[in-house]
Amino acid sequence: MAVDKNMRVLIVDDYKTMLRIIRNLLRQLGFNNIDEATDGSSALQQLRSGTQYGLVISDWNMEPMTGLQLLREVRADAKLKALPFIMVTAESKSENVIAAKEAGVSNYIVKPFNAETLKAKMVSVLGDF
Amino acid sequence: MTPITPHCQQSHPAQQGVFLKWGRAMASQMTRAEDGRRPLHTNPLLDGFDERLTALASRQETVEMSVEAVADVVQALIGSLEGDLQADDLHLYNEVEGLADFIRSARAEIVAINPTDIREEFLPTAADELDAIVQATEQATGAIMDVTEMIEDVIQRATPEDAETLQNAVTAIYEACSFQDITGQRITKVVRMLKSIEVRVDALVAAFAPKGGLRAAALITNESTSQEALNLQQAGNFGRTQSQAVGDRPDDNSLLNGPQANGDAMGQDDIDALLKSFD
Repeated sequence: MAVDKNMRVLIVDDYKTMLRIIRNLLRQLGFNNIDEATDGSSALQQLRSGTQYGLVISDWNMEPMTGLQLLREVRADAKLKALPFIMVTAESKSENVIAAKEAGVSNYIVKPFNAETLKAKMVSVLGDF
Repeated sequence: MTPITPHCQQSHPAQQGVFLKWGRAMASQMTRAEDGRRPLHTNPLLDGFDERLTALASRQETVEMSVEAVADVVQALIGSLEGDLQADDLHLYNEVEGLADFIRSARAEIVAINPTDIREEFLPTAADELDAIVQATEQATGAIMDVTEMIEDVIQRATPEDAETLQNAVTAIYEACSFQDITGQRITKVVRMLKSIEVRVDALVAAFAPKGGLRAAALITNESTSQEALNLQQAGNFGRTQSQAVGDRPDDNSLLNGPQANGDAMGQDDIDALLKSFD
């Protein structure tokens, strides 16, 4: 099934610069319906607001709710559990990757990353576009 | 006998317990011959020494023992030694005297530290400077991205060939700007370390300040803040929220390491391989 580039994407990061970078890279890929959140708590509120999201791209290290905790909440929520979730983070230890995988992450990008990597991981999660 | 290595004795009940057991063991060795039967010394001070140890041991679970009490015990032990000393006794005496000297000099050095300077000037200044760095790099990065977005808007009016070149350049600029995120996280790590140092300086001064030591004790003006910071560190999770539905994971904090040094970090290829191993 073709990927609907009109899907709504939620990007979550406590650094405004990173939100801006990811937003611009997503726009280059043709995704223009982009919402932003600066921590896991506000992201969870948006996800539970009733808006249909097709993808979450989230940082890990945020307060008061980390990206890992957000992922667990999403996977524990019956309405959200199938939502594709890509972690984009500077946390690069194997235990981080394992913890994220065990929590149900769809894919994992380590910072700093490039546009090609972002696209490749989105394709692996959503399908070709 | 194993040489004693003096080390900082903080007023923590568990450590006091270890010290009291050591003290009793030494006193016992000094009062008994190797056959374990007849006493070697009949010094009343040494008899009183054992009672004092017992009294201290009964208090240790509820009362933090001051360094003075520890030093008093050590001094009593030294003062109780008399008569001809064997080679082992002399060695033990020297070790105990060294321990007492260490406690005295460590206490004097720590009292000489001005915790006010550390807490109110050096550490805040360092933290402020680091915060300023993060803000400055964020502003600069924002300015670069403003201009880059302007260029991206113009790309649509360029020839196809130039558009591709410009688009690639714009993408490269966006990718490079992610440095600000990484540097910001590294600096945040340093600021947390500074705060941790501040808490430990307070704890060290509190442990070694003599009774009525106005300089050290009075300068710890906000014990609740220090204790609050200590509790925050020890509580784990740094106050992060999580619903009851998914439960609390005390070990999540150990996963928050931030950017790693180049030699320690896993690259994207390594991470992809690790993820694939789950399939």
